[in-house]
Amino acid sequence: MSLAVHLRSAVCLLGRFPALAGVDLDVRDGEVVLLAGPNGAGKTTLLRACAGLVPVVEGTAVVLGHDLRADRRPVRRLLGLVGHATSLYDDLSVADNVRFSVRARGGSSGAVAPALERLGLDGRLRDVPVARLSAGQRRRCTLAGLVACDPQLWLLDEPHAGLDPEGRDVVDRLVADAAARGRTVLLASHDLHRAAAVASRQVIIEAGTARKHLAGGPGAAPGAPVEQAAQHVG
Amino acid sequence: MWADAGLVAGKDLRIELRSRVGVNQVVPFSLVVLVLFAFALNPDRGVLDRAAPGLFWVAVLLSSLLATQRSFAVEAADGNRDGLRMSGLDPAGLFLGKAAAVAAQLLLLEALLLVGITVLYGTTLRSFGLLALTCLLATVGLAGAGTVYGVMAFGLRVRETLLPLLVLPVLAPVLLAATRSFEAALAGAAGEATSWLGLLTAFAVLYVVVGLFGFGPLLEES
Repeated sequence: MSLAVHLRSAVCLLGRFPALAGVDLDVRDGEVVLLAGPNGAGKTTLLRACAGLVPVVEGTAVVLGHDLRADRRPVRRLLGLVGHATSLYDDLSVADNVRFSVRARGGSSGAVAPALERLGLDGRLRDVPVARLSAGQRRRCTLAGLVACDPQLWLLDEPHAGLDPEGRDVVDRLVADAAARGRTVLLASHDLHRAAAVASRQVIIEAGTARKHLAGGPGAAPGAPVEQAAQHVG
Repeated sequence: MWADAGLVAGKDLRIELRSRVGVNQVVPFSLVVLVLFAFALNPDRGVLDRAAPGLFWVAVLLSSLLATQRSFAVEAADGNRDGLRMSGLDPAGLFLGKAAAVAAQLLLLEALLLVGITVLYGTTLRSFGLLALTCLLATVGLAGAGTVYGVMAFGLRVRETLLPLLVLPVLAPVLLAATRSFEAALAGAAGEATSWLGLLTAFAVLYVVVGLFGFGPLLEES
């Protein structure tokens, strides 16, 4: 099985601060990997580096076969990032936002309706301007764009944040379904109990480096991965 | 590239149609500028008539700043800058789409302002072909240069105040050439406009080429 993400001694700078200070990480195709760690550890920077939004200035960084140090742009069409911001246009409707995401990647508008239905944004909500949505609904709209585009690599930064319990369950099902279709998922979360249940592996990020790699997922000993990770998160 | 340009232009125009910022703010702003000039200058209609071409293009120039700022403000909100970079859209298509949306708004505005100077300043419009060509070339230049400098200032917190400083001096040749060409059209002396049309064409081509090749790197660095 080939590697979707291959980082060796990867260094990223935010200004002069080394937000990633030599990360080693391999993620195989079809894996779901949970990034855990305290605030400011570098989880978001790691995801943004994989997305080609933050330059890797030292080391090796290959994502989906593209060397990010050579050119960060080509890989972007192959992956999707759901970050802290929702990246939506307030004046466009829910359906228009998702349609724009899909068409920008050369996809078919036919993928929009099923994605909206999946995220509970069908019916009257589909034509509502995003500005009128709640924070949780906005996040669902962003996730709908990801589902409609269905990229090879999903990068999820706190995907459960702001969602109600039903929405969090939907995210878990989306991740599980993506993995079942062979998609690779890299997710950062503080909701370790929930995220560890869908992850096949956990990586603890501390001070900009990957400290520990832990087994995880439904097949692991009940509670063990979460407790191990929680010790590191504090 | 063309498909991406159409997608981006359609998205930007749809946002403007729904937000009504252009209708509720940019159009009234440009009309207020015309009215204020009418107050500031001698109400003698002869003065206003002679100054009409310059006042028209000053109003268009200031409005183009608003349209450009608006075009990038929607991309700066709520992480859309990352969304734009992640979209995988061809940077040249992105530039063309954003510039085309600004140009479309400016052309509509210019049509309204032509009515405005006719009513307020008593200007008699002649040589409609030359007027249309002047408006088209100047608008392409304004939208192209505005979009190039708009993306330059895109990632900066001070972009709203920086953009006019960057772009107004650069647009001086457009203001000059468009005004002279406009004057020639109103005087029915199309031959006098040839060199000014050449300048407008050169400016428009320069900034479209710069935008096509420079928008991507500028977006990455913003």
